[in-house]
Amino acid sequence: MRNYSIRMAQRESMSPLRAAGLRVLALVLALMTGGLFIRLIGFPPLTIYAGMLRGVFGTAISVRETIKLAAPLCVTALGLAVAFRMRYWNIGGEGQMCVGAIAATYFALYHQNLFGAVWPRWLLLVVMALAAIIAGALWGLIPAWFNARHGTNETLFTLMLNYVAMYIIQYLREGPWKNPRDMGYPKIAMFPIDAQLPKVLGVHAGWIIALALVVIVSLYIRYTKQGFELAVVGANPNTARYAGMPVRRVILRTAAISAALCALAGMIKASGADRTLTDGVAGGIGFTAITVSWLANLSPPAIAVVAFLFGVLEKGAGYVQSTYRISASAAGVLQGVILFFVLGSEFFTRYRIIIGRESAYGEHSA
Amino acid sequence: MANTLLNQIVNIINAAVLAGVPLLLGTTGEIITEKSGHLNLGVEGLMYIGAAFGFAAGYYTNSEALALICAFLGGVLGSVLYAFLTVTLRANQNVTGLTLTVFGAGFANYIGDALINSTASKAVSLSAEVKAAFNPVSIPGLSALPIAGKLLFQYNMFVYLAVAIAILTGLYLNRTRTGLNLRAIGENAAAADAMGVRVTQYKYINIMLGGGICALGGAYIAIVTCGGTWIYNCVSGQGWIAVALVIFAGWSPYRALMGSLVFGGLSVIRFYLPGGYVPPAMLSMLPFVVTCVVLVVTSVRSARGGNQPAACGVNYYREER
Repeated sequence: MRNYSIRMAQRESMSPLRAAGLRVLALVLALMTGGLFIRLIGFPPLTIYAGMLRGVFGTAISVRETIKLAAPLCVTALGLAVAFRMRYWNIGGEGQMCVGAIAATYFALYHQNLFGAVWPRWLLLVVMALAAIIAGALWGLIPAWFNARHGTNETLFTLMLNYVAMYIIQYLREGPWKNPRDMGYPKIAMFPIDAQLPKVLGVHAGWIIALALVVIVSLYIRYTKQGFELAVVGANPNTARYAGMPVRRVILRTAAISAALCALAGMIKASGADRTLTDGVAGGIGFTAITVSWLANLSPPAIAVVAFLFGVLEKGAGYVQSTYRISASAAGVLQGVILFFVLGSEFFTRYRIIIGRESAYGEHSA
Repeated sequence: MANTLLNQIVNIINAAVLAGVPLLLGTTGEIITEKSGHLNLGVEGLMYIGAAFGFAAGYYTNSEALALICAFLGGVLGSVLYAFLTVTLRANQNVTGLTLTVFGAGFANYIGDALINSTASKAVSLSAEVKAAFNPVSIPGLSALPIAGKLLFQYNMFVYLAVAIAILTGLYLNRTRTGLNLRAIGENAAAADAMGVRVTQYKYINIMLGGGICALGGAYIAIVTCGGTWIYNCVSGQGWIAVALVIFAGWSPYRALMGSLVFGGLSVIRFYLPGGYVPPAMLSMLPFVVTCVVLVVTSVRSARGGNQPAACGVNYYREER
């Protein structure tokens, strides 16, 4: 009797090239599935995809707009990747961006009242960035402290803080920071020109910060003792403890760095793109960044690439919304589909499928 | 004076129950899912899918029963994706759940936008007869009782359905053989496997069941909370509160009844406090702050995970023993 069987076995490892190829394959399959979805709702998929590309690369302005979307996304994803490497599920990027933006806004709007003097632009921007970083780190330390001390679930804690931070902005907008000159709908005042990030090659300087951070974070996680420690704590806290690593301190430090980066992204978004503070300063970037950093396999250079691709997706979706009247929410659907495929494809990097005649016991039964 | 105060309290409890129902359904669904050893962070997304399926079905068929059935099936479909990725392909449960949330929110808002764009008025509402099906019930002799009537017998039938689902889930988990097997899987899948329980089959079925119940919560939001008119981003964080409530309830559907009443109350309290004392944004923030406090308190109290199924969040791979 012949015994046909499908079974799975763990792989030893897979070459990085093949692994990358698998991801590209997953991406292609995802785009095909997305195309099927577009087809189902009554649009020609190729035209829509081509429309998205045209919406992004059609003009120099649209390319700049795309980079503008990608810069804060990239910085946030870098921040999350640091925490994810420690298996610390920081889902609070959204709220950390808000907190960074709040801290930066305080100096943007009220710096004239401090120390009386006129601040040079570079100083103001540096102070805004530092304020965002410090506020973000402190904000990130709240859940981290409870996690390190009591094992509090950081996923849910960081997530709840997103809503808390968002409502703090709403409170500021309706109360203390309400622009007295605005009648009707309460808004926070626009930043003075000195508090806005200068433009470099037509796009605000956020993209330079993002690229610099890609290099810095790469070096940090690959070549520093701290980067090594957080990876060990993530892999196995007991091993880390046995090796004499201060596990709690590593958790606190890593969570603070992660949140600080997200907060810096919030400052970049508020100062570079919005030029004011709104409830929508994070606008889902903190969540999309989770997808970005996972797709990029938590590798900083790949994060830059994926963040740009997601910028393309977002900008393209916005463009086809106005041209073909497809809801921009389709971008969320497409992002979900892509990640579903990549998550599924990861299985094949870890396991191989054996379809064969021989059973686990060999050919004796034949 | 005392009478008006009493009335006010009765009104608040009534509103708290109504606001707590989606939380109760989400929590109950997630408890079943977690008992199978799978932490599904996609509750928010499943609720969105349920809202979109339920609303669209109610809109096109004018049948409240079909709306509920479709919402349930939508949740089953969404959680099948999750189950396939995490049970069969052993993908990371956290990331898969989050993806389900991103996907579900995009999907629901997409469907909602499509419905809105298909009308001239740029607003979609369910027909009066579907809405009427979710009006408060009127039980002869009981609903008219002075205080007990408003407290117990004047809700829409969806509320009673949700409570029944929670109680039945409690019975299922604690009083049946199947429930015992399920709990065994959540505690130690390898042991259950050795005992002869079909682990994969159990996981799939219960993740699907849990997902369907979560989706009913979304349908409630779209049909009852939003008054039968589609609202962009309608779920807005309630799925996440439900995930946290699972911890608050200690993985017990009975305690989930209490928890969702409390959090339902927190989310409506702003309509009942006299204005001017507390900024409205702070009151909206309240349920989320209290959730954080609950997370901290439960973790401090039970240093070793409490009632959480021991294998929750860990994928099972038979060959890895």
